[in-house]
Amino acid sequence: MINRMYLKLPDSERDHVQGTIDAPIALLEYGDYECPFCSEVQPIVKEIQRRLGDDLCFAFRHFPLTNVHPHAEHAAEAAEAAAEQRSFWAMHETLFANQDALDDEALAEYAAALGLNAKRLIQEVISGAHAQRVREDFNSGVRAGVNGTPSLFINGQRYDGARGLEPLLAAVSNPASII
Amino acid sequence: MPSTSTKSEPEQAYKEMYSKSRRSALPPKTDAPDFTLRSTPDQWLSLSEFRGQPVVLAFYPADWSPVCGDQMALYNEMLKEFHDLGAELIGISVDGAWCHAAFARDRKLHFPLLADFEPKGDVARRYGVYRYKDGVSERALFVIDAAGKVYWSFVSPVGVNPGADGILSALEDLQNKQTVSATMEAK
Repeated sequence: MINRMYLKLPDSERDHVQGTIDAPIALLEYGDYECPFCSEVQPIVKEIQRRLGDDLCFAFRHFPLTNVHPHAEHAAEAAEAAAEQRSFWAMHETLFANQDALDDEALAEYAAALGLNAKRLIQEVISGAHAQRVREDFNSGVRAGVNGTPSLFINGQRYDGARGLEPLLAAVSNPASII
Repeated sequence: MPSTSTKSEPEQAYKEMYSKSRRSALPPKTDAPDFTLRSTPDQWLSLSEFRGQPVVLAFYPADWSPVCGDQMALYNEMLKEFHDLGAELIGISVDGAWCHAAFARDRKLHFPLLADFEPKGDVARRYGVYRYKDGVSERALFVIDAAGKVYWSFVSPVGVNPGADGILSALEDLQNKQTVSATMEAK
């Protein structure tokens, strides 16, 4: 279980984080690799990262809705398995870029294409080696008040506004404006 | 000519849909009215069957509407957490049993959806969460304790998915109380 302090904020002890943890703006996403809305927000998050640079710390937690998205759980576990091989973010982007093809065979192919040990990765996925970790992410999301994906938290506040670049950029640039 | 109306009709409808409605939901400590409703076209389910364990009643306006889908999809993923806290989850809307069956199959829902269908919305009315104008229930949550009393209730704006954090907190509270009273009795 994630410490309650960090339900809505990146936790450097356990999360996959881009940027420095003490950046003035913290953006935390709860997402699902098979969710089309998460895929849509992915390039927007990247653009925000590009524009804000060192001012932004971005973290991603898994929130797979497995009954609606049959491949979301294994995809999340594959990202965690890639993290074991120091390639979380590369796999993260690959999964969103290929969200129509996320069966186990495809996951192994992506691992190979990223130069990872695909056999090891897929074995970890099939054995559920990272299932606990994914569940921890999910449960922390539920506690944080996540009600769907993607859910974005800016400096610990849930962002319920539009997910276009302009409104999101405005919100992260001025976190005090979020109600 | 200047228009006297500043809001377009769809905008007004949207505003009403997302505005908070009158809070008439049964408050904590009230007896939860018992009911028997269809859970499938040929099965019935009564609230009193669950006496002795907490029950989460999730009233929602309609099968198939996008927010309901998300809300029920979320709860569907959390059945293990609810069960770990000793609770059962029940969804209720005014849709008929065949509609529920199709919705549950499509969304792979693993908890009962009850049809508050005839008399329409009768249970929602008794819980104070019927929207007379729309003919559907509010998006309302009730946690009923093991003794059949309302422990916690919450009415969300119809267009807003209330999530599950409130339900979990209420169930944990109940569990803690149970532990405390068991400890007291043991002493």
